[in-house]
Order: sequence, then C-alpha cells, then structure tokens
Amino acid sequence: MNIMAFFGRRDDSASVAKNRLKILLEHERGGNSSSDAKLISSLREDILAVVARHINIDPDAVHLEMDRTGDTTTLGIDIELPDTDIRKSA
Amino acid sequence: MSNATVIVVTSGKGGVGKTTSTAAIASALAKQGYKVCAVDFDVGLRNLDLIMGAERRVVFDLVNVVRGEASIKQALVRDKKLDNLYLLPASQTRDKDALTDEGVASVINELRMYFDWIVCDSPAGIERGATLAMRYADEAIIVSNPEVSSVRDCDRIIGLLDSKTVVAEDGGRMPKHLLITRYDVERAKLGDMLAVDDVVDILSVPLIGVVPESRDVLKASNVGLPVTLSDEASPAAKAYIEATQRLLGEDIPVTIPSEKKGLLGKLFRGRAA
Ligand SMILES: Nc1ncnc2c1ncn2[C@@H]1O[C@H](COP(=O)(O)OP(=O)(O)OP(=O)(O)O)[C@@H](O)[C@H]1O
Ligand SMILES: [Mg+2]
Repeated sequence: MNIMAFFGRRDDSASVAKNRLKILLEHERGGNSSSDAKLISSLREDILAVVARHINIDPDAVHLEMDRTGDTTTLGIDIELPDTDIRKSA
Repeated sequence: MSNATVIVVTSGKGGVGKTTSTAAIASALAKQGYKVCAVDFDVGLRNLDLIMGAERRVVFDLVNVVRGEASIKQALVRDKKLDNLYLLPASQTRDKDALTDEGVASVINELRMYFDWIVCDSPAGIERGATLAMRYADEAIIVSNPEVSSVRDCDRIIGLLDSKTVVAEDGGRMPKHLLITRYDVERAKLGDMLAVDDVVDILSVPLIGVVPESRDVLKASNVGLPVTLSDEASPAAKAYIEATQRLLGEDIPVTIPSEKKGLLGKLFRGRAA
C-alpha cells in the first residue's frame, strides 16, 4: 500500500493511464510507427558496419531500443562483445 | 531439442481476460526465474504491450518478423522490471492474412531455443488468428467467465484444440487447464452466477485456478504492470500466482482468494469518500 492510499487520498492510477494513452495514441495516429522501424533498421546496419570494421561481432549482438516518453525519445544501443579474440588483426 | 513449453491462452469469447491472464502468468513464471516470452497474437488489436507497460518501446512486431523485415531478437522487448521476461508484440496492421502458418511455425521454433516458457495471447474468435495462436502450442489455458456464452465458446475452442493443432494432428492430446476469471464471490453465493464446479463439470477440463473479480486488475492495467507484479497481495494476483504454481506441476488445492478487510481497512473505511 502506498502512502497516498494510506491517507485516504484518491488513488491516481487513472491519471497514469490517461498519460500513457495520450503519448501512445499521438504516436500511433501520426503513423510514426513504421518510420521508427525504418530508422532503427538503417541505424542498426550502419552501426553494425562500423563496429564490424574493428571487432568480430555477431549481427544479432547489436541491439537498438527506442523509448518514447512524450517530448523526448531516447535511443539505447547495446552491443554485446564476444569474450575472446575481439580485435580484428590489422 | 529444447525443453521449452509453448502455452496458448485462449477462450473463443472476447473480453474474458486472456490478455490479463497472459501478462499475469508470464510475469509469475519469470519471477520464478524462468526465461519467459509473452507473444501477442492479436494482430490488428495489440494490447499486451499496454498491459505489460512496454508500449513506448515497441518498434518491430510479430508481422515484421514473419515477413523477414526484422529478426526476432530485434523485435523482442525486454520487461522493465524482470530481465528474463520479454514481449513479442503484435502488429497493428489490418491485413488479416499478415500471419502465415509457416511464418508462425518458424517464429515459435526459434523462440523455443531462447526461452523456457512461451505464453501466447490468442485473439478472440475462432478465425485464423485464434487457430494460429494455438497451432504450435504444447498446452492450453482455457479462460472462461462463469457465464453461459463464455462456457459455450470454450467448448468450441476445446474442439479446435483437439483437431486443428499440431499435437492433435500427430495423434496426441493437448493438455488443457481451465482458468475461471472474473469470479464474483458475492454473486456466486446469491446463486445468480454459475458455480466453479458447474463450469468444470460442463467442460470437463481440470481447473488450474479461479481469479476473482477485482479492482486491482484495472488499477494494474492503468499503470502498465501485470497484476502479479503490481500488487502481490491482491486476491487476483494470489490466484494467478497459485495457478502458475499448478502449471509448474505443484499439487495445491484451488482456493478462491478474496478481499479480506484487514484491521487498517476497517479502521479507515469511515474516512474514505
Ligand atoms: N479478474 C478481473 N477482475 C476485474 N476485471 C477484470 C478481471 N480480468 C479481466 N478484467 C477486465 O476485463 C477486461 C477484458 O480483459 P482482457 O483484455 O484481459 O480480455 P481478453 O480476453 O484479452 O479480451 P479480447 O478478447 O478483447 O482480447 C479488461 O478491462 C480487464 O481489465
Ligand atoms: Mg486480449
């Protein structure tokens, strides 16, 4: 039980729901979803190409994650490196 | 061969609690330490992402993967709280034929290599989407409300599970579990709702749990947390956690958790509103 509920204040999960929906629907109505997918795909290919010039990596080891919060969108890039022999010999 | 188990959560009738149950059970399994993937098969009406609170991070979806536009690993969205829980979202396309049998087969096969449990949220109905969601399952959770039309639709679904799935085509029998949801203890007492025993009797599927009607389900969906993660003490969460233990093979009697007013609840009741 959180402290708000304890003191008998209105439990505000409904307004959390409202905000989540506003952000999501704005995004979906604008038809942004498929352009996100294209952007992520091409970014991923470029990142993979750059990293692969220096390190031997599995194409699946590059993971991009987008997080939309309304006014800002963040892009997380996660690259898993192999344990051994990572550097390519010159 | 992998040891993965593919479960379909299905019902025939819409709105009985499939998506709620998929999220709750997938998270309860993940909490036990298993690697779990929840797959949304409700193409065109994706909602599992919202219920699991992952909607802001969806980029690719099941249809992208089936069409070869993204790899499974790119499409999987990791849960915010549990790092062994993933979601494979459905797409929002209106194209009814977006999913193909071969496409779904290869997705499920690949998921089997990465996960211990794959929990598939079926769309309502008995059309292609619902039959594809169950097609490659090893076990089924049949969700019913204690209400005549829901029970009847479950009966149709049982017929499909026993004819249209790979397990059935290979001459096997799909193991099934009955999950009764939105059970209203008060109304059952008054006798204006089907009793649990009646439903079990009619469908003759072993009972895996009874989830009471609970306000906590709506609250959990508001904030985007499966009810088993948002409030473990809630009667609905308890029911899902127990159902999950039974799914894992534990032999525990089915109870119907209820809202018991604790001392605080009683004390503060007069001050509310
Ligand atoms: N135990 C419960 N107590 C109260 N409300 C519930 C319970 N289970 C589900 N609900 C509510 O019922 C509604 C339908 O639930 P849900 O979306 O999980 O059903 P569904 O079977 O997936 O629907 P669909 O067939 O449209 O996919 C939701 O508003 C949900 O919050
Ligand atoms: Mg649903």
